[in-house]
Amino acid sequence: MAQAELAPGGHEEHQTTTGLSHKKLLMWAFLGSDCMFFGALIATYLVYKNQSLGGPLPEDVFDILTTSTSTFVLLMSSMSMVLAYSALTRGNMNGFRIWLLSTCIMGATFLGFQVFEFNEFVNHEVHFECSHLEDLTEFERTFADRCDGTVDEVFIEHAGLTPRTNLFGTTFFVLTGFHGGHVTLGVIWLLSMFFYSLRKGGITPAKHEEVDLAALYWHFVDIVWIIIFTVIYLFGVFPGF
Amino acid sequence: MANANETSNHTNVETGHPTKATYFAVAMLLVVLTAIEVGIFYIESLGHGIIPILAILSGAKFALVVMFYMHLRYDAKLLTWLFLAGFFLAITVVFALLGLFHFFI
Repeated sequence: MAQAELAPGGHEEHQTTTGLSHKKLLMWAFLGSDCMFFGALIATYLVYKNQSLGGPLPEDVFDILTTSTSTFVLLMSSMSMVLAYSALTRGNMNGFRIWLLSTCIMGATFLGFQVFEFNEFVNHEVHFECSHLEDLTEFERTFADRCDGTVDEVFIEHAGLTPRTNLFGTTFFVLTGFHGGHVTLGVIWLLSMFFYSLRKGGITPAKHEEVDLAALYWHFVDIVWIIIFTVIYLFGVFPGF
Repeated sequence: MANANETSNHTNVETGHPTKATYFAVAMLLVVLTAIEVGIFYIESLGHGIIPILAILSGAKFALVVMFYMHLRYDAKLLTWLFLAGFFLAITVVFALLGLFHFFI
């Protein structure tokens, strides 16, 4: 707080031309530009979503309950991040480290979910019984011609989704992969802060702005996922959307 | 510092940011909104009417994180404008591309 005081609005007043920290200003400018980056990727996904010549399609591979769980983990990581920052500003360094490490663990857990999901998609299999073809998706029905009238016949066909399978696969993996890259960078950033805080004078309550910037980045990753979860996963299974 | 105390009794006097109770309340709200999203996702009778509902719920979650966790509600307005400029430009790009591909390509 040596160079910053609270302005009437509650925010810190810095001795700069805008009265704001240049680092914070730059971080918000970066986040604004990153919105456009993800906006372009989401737009590309939506434009090409229904242009795939073959499956698997979103309704074939998405598992909403698994993705909901990973979304919950990422939302909770945002809460632990603000609690880490709050502990730091109150001078509670142990609390800061505990909450920061919790954030890292939840971020890594989210990445684990993403690796699991990608692995499931790549190794996706179509299971069907020739006597129960009515519940199959459009893509799964393309395998139904293997049924030769034997009632109890069961088929298991490998039908994996990779970035090269179709346009859905390409745009989906690029979008969620870039988000995963952002999360990975965030986890590395927060972990480095955790270890730096163990050094004497590394991170102190007076240097809370360094943590504030990392927290802003982490929350941004969270809000991007809020949009991806709704637009890509929940809207994704509606035909014609 | 006195001004910060006077602005709101829900804020931390050191930084002008919300208290832990506010952070917990926002987290619970985010969890509830996500649960509602997933819950109504399985209500087949809503059909395509689900899309605006999910969009509103998602927008509410986005706003909660940005306002409280990213502190835009308590920070200088310039930061809000800086972020919103990029955000609305991104939304414009999304709809422009969708329109372009839908009507002309």
